[in-house]
Amino acid sequence: MALVLPAAAFYSVFVLKSIASTIQYSFYDWNGVTAATFVGFDNYLEVFREDELAGSIVNAFELILFFSIIPVTLGLAAAATIRKFATSRMAMASRTVLFLPQIIPLVAAGIMWSWLLSTDGLVNQLLRAVGLGSLTRAWLGDFDTALPAVGVIGAWVLFGLCMLLLLAGMTKIDPSLYEAARIDGAGPFREFFSITLPSLRQEIGVCVTVTVIAALASFDIVYISTQGGPGNSTLVPGLEIYYLAFFQREIGTASALAVVLMLLVLAVVLPMQRLTRER
Amino acid sequence: MTLEAYIETGFPLPKALMDEFTAQYPNVTFNVREDQFAVITQNAPRVLADDPPDLMRLPQVSELAEDGLLLNLDGYAEAFGWDQWPATQLEQMRVDDEGRRGSGPLYAMGLNSSMTGVFYNKQQAAQIGMTEAPATLEEFDSYLQAAKDAGLVPIAQFNGGATGGLAFPLQNLMTSYGEATPINDWIFQKDGATIDTDTNLQAAQHLEKWIDAGYFAEDINSMDYSMMMSRFIGGQSTFIFDGDWESGNLDTQMAGNVGFFLMPSATEGGPQAAMSAPLTYGISASAANPDCAAFFLDWAATNEEARTIGVEIGGSRPMGPADAFMPEVDPDTVTAQTLAAGATIGEDNGAMDFIANATGSIYAKSWTPNLQKMVAGELAAEDLLPAVQADYESEIG
Repeated sequence: MALVLPAAAFYSVFVLKSIASTIQYSFYDWNGVTAATFVGFDNYLEVFREDELAGSIVNAFELILFFSIIPVTLGLAAAATIRKFATSRMAMASRTVLFLPQIIPLVAAGIMWSWLLSTDGLVNQLLRAVGLGSLTRAWLGDFDTALPAVGVIGAWVLFGLCMLLLLAGMTKIDPSLYEAARIDGAGPFREFFSITLPSLRQEIGVCVTVTVIAALASFDIVYISTQGGPGNSTLVPGLEIYYLAFFQREIGTASALAVVLMLLVLAVVLPMQRLTRER
Repeated sequence: MTLEAYIETGFPLPKALMDEFTAQYPNVTFNVREDQFAVITQNAPRVLADDPPDLMRLPQVSELAEDGLLLNLDGYAEAFGWDQWPATQLEQMRVDDEGRRGSGPLYAMGLNSSMTGVFYNKQQAAQIGMTEAPATLEEFDSYLQAAKDAGLVPIAQFNGGATGGLAFPLQNLMTSYGEATPINDWIFQKDGATIDTDTNLQAAQHLEKWIDAGYFAEDINSMDYSMMMSRFIGGQSTFIFDGDWESGNLDTQMAGNVGFFLMPSATEGGPQAAMSAPLTYGISASAANPDCAAFFLDWAATNEEARTIGVEIGGSRPMGPADAFMPEVDPDTVTAQTLAAGATIGEDNGAMDFIANATGSIYAKSWTPNLQKMVAGELAAEDLLPAVQADYESEIG
């Protein structure tokens, strides 16, 4: 018990107390400096009434495709491939290379990708080099491509994490299972779907949970690469909370949106936890 | 005595003034803290309340004044004679008891007063046959078309992220068609003021015409301010809409190859207007040395050395009486041109604040997304002003 105390103290001061204050602020009309007025649920009503706020939530769900589904799928494929030559030097090299994006600060990743995706960036240079010059555009400044482009940055960052987690999960699968399957005449695909995938249930659960939270609560990548533009097409709730609190100075509405976002994340993640728990 | 100062990173003027002040008054030194303007904007209320600086670079002042965070400078204005200066100089920094700007007590002072308009690349202007500044909007249009026809990029104007730089040409077009006063009334939140007027609509439609004609660089929706500057300096844009805070920089980087003109009126000989704003510095309501800080602000506007620094390093006209000392400036520089433009604006009574400053978030949350939509063809010119007016009303509501 005594060992838990320091951690519990930090947790309650820096996490529980912050959450409690946020909930408290969300019932007030407050600019952060002068006296606050109690307004009941008005701030929550505003969150649901404003199209712009609702639109940011839709964008966050779209990001799940890029932050979650793509990295988990690719991570599975990469891990299954690397597992085949797990002990070789090559496996270590590919693990390191694929995990590298995870250790780069998100801000640096955002800046690097906004260069790559700019009008004269590497992406457009490559397209021109292979004769696809007609496709080039300012990827982060185009209404149709800005959100997917932000998504690609997220996918690139999160792919390595998923791959590593899944690879770790694969190493604990009993090799005799694969041997038995091969004797029964299973090909690599059959092996993957009948043995690898079911055994990784928990790891996939962890990957999906972590990445879905990253999508719904995204801020850094969007802030660095587009700041929500063009025309709110990449606005996400995290960014909206920041604008509300620090530019519009509506701490109450910002807190209400933060509480809604937290509940939303829990509503998405908790059922997923149940689904992937071992039976 | 040590003055606590909180200033904006990237602009050498305040530091240069402070060094000169300490040289003249060795008993006063400055303890300087610097941040980006965006950071100052976010933290202003908390810094003024919790860690009160004697001198601070201020964002839009109305809410800070209304919250009682800024010192009322009326007493100093009377004592130092600031109330004898042209009234428009201080108008933007007056806030009444309901948070409306334009009248009421004075809550800030400028270190100088900036001025905006159109900068152009002289070589490229000569190439398209522009030998002097256009006298009418129609003439300006023809030069934009000529630049386009010559394979140049007519205007690379930043409009990406949360900073919709098309607000510069839009507001300039508003004054080509209409007057500055109603725009100022809207910015100052006067009762019943609207941005959705006939002449402003003509301006929005004219801007749309420029967009459709391809006068702006293709990627302006992903271009930030520093990209605009590097393209203009690198000769990748014939014109840009910007302010004289860049004059000194451009005189260094494009020496002899850069010119400036005020946005022409739609009718020949019509009055000209420009966004012009003081570089605002305020004193915290709970500052330790308010008298000395106020003396510094007065000194910056009236001392000859200080005014010379203001022009040579700041690139803009210092505050102060209309007939105050002005240093000699090389007439071939763009600094000289922007200073001369300041005089024209004074005669035409055309100084106005920036439409981005009407409320705390009207720029990031309304002008910017709506202008970006207009560039992408997702919003028609007719719908721009009603959309912004609706956001404006919901915020000041």
